Amino acid sequence: MMSSIMRESHIMKIHYLTALVAVGFVIIHIMVRVMQGFSDSLEFENVIANYKSIPYAVVLEAMLILISVHGFNGLRVILLELKQGNAYENAVTYGCLAAMIALIAYGSRTIIMASMGMV
Amino acid sequence: MTKGGALPKGFERPSDSDSQEKYEEVKPSSKTITLRISKFNPEKDHTPTFLEFTVPYQRWTTVLDAILEVKSYHDHSIGVRYSCRQATCGSCGMIINGKPKLACFTKISELNSNVVTVEPMNNFPLIRDLTVGFERMISTHKRIKPYIIREDSEISSGTKEFLQTPEDVEKYIQFAGCIKCGLCNSACPTMATDSTFIGPQGLAQAYRYIADNRDQGKDERLRIIDERHGIWGCHFSGSCSQVCPKGVDPAMGIQLLRGYLLGYKK
Repeated sequence: MMSSIMRESHIMKIHYLTALVAVGFVIIHIMVRVMQGFSDSLEFENVIANYKSIPYAVVLEAMLILISVHGFNGLRVILLELKQGNAYENAVTYGCLAAMIALIAYGSRTIIMASMGMV
Repeated sequence: MTKGGALPKGFERPSDSDSQEKYEEVKPSSKTITLRISKFNPEKDHTPTFLEFTVPYQRWTTVLDAILEVKSYHDHSIGVRYSCRQATCGSCGMIINGKPKLACFTKISELNSNVVTVEPMNNFPLIRDLTVGFERMISTHKRIKPYIIREDSEISSGTKEFLQTPEDVEKYIQFAGCIKCGLCNSACPTMATDSTFIGPQGLAQAYRYIADNRDQGKDERLRIIDERHGIWGCHFSGSCSQVCPKGVDPAMGIQLLRGYLLGYKK
């Protein structure tokens, strides 16, 4: 169980920290979008160009990881409060962990492929 | 105006010529309320019903007095738990007009309503009518080790009493006022959904002992509350602190406990 590997307070420290750091990265992201102009930033070529800029790709990857970790842990906490029981709690914990890893893997694949010009 | 100072309405001091040292009986009040009492026996009934009674009241009549009036003269079968009648024992917690309160500590005249509805507390298993089971609350209370933990004691040789400064006492004294009435647990939204949550009562008591500088069981208690259904389940709605009849602030205690666990409080 995740909770037996990590104390709940350690998980919550990660939860709060990922939220705070993600806010910082989201601010950078919004500022870049505002600088370019909103409608221009939605153009296909401009979207792809974002991934080809390594610093910006790093920002996107960081946002993906931070928001996934924070979001899936939040979901886990909500689901654990709705229903209790060992089997259910383990399923929720491992399910959220697996979904988080899957989302990060899929998102990272997209970022890497786009930055390497494979899209 | 009565002679010799204010007396409750309905009392009259005997005249000087009257040698008998007794007051006249309280006159029956003309004021009445409709008392709606939730009636439900889980072993027999399918759904709760409300019984309505017209009850006379005075300025000082409490909701518990009104319930006992009904129990004495209208329906003996009403299930209600009470004991001290002075907000000390914590037995008569119930939902009064939608809010968790002690029946002995709530005056009808303060409710500003002609209809007073009493129901059993939320988040507790119902025994019958207004009586709920306290097993879960007592077991979580025991779980957090509600006593001073330390190697030596005041009766060990070489030790006398463990002195505390007023500042030391100030850190925990409000939490020591808990009477285990369960109103905070009844008001807690997390308790409503999470059947294994420790609850504001247990968490506030954990803080009460951790903040006591005579205690050495901090790490032990922090381990107990630092689990899935422990302190992190609190959403900080603050309703526990709003309903406490003794002025305890469990929500604050929970935030202070989180400070220990997150490392910004030693």
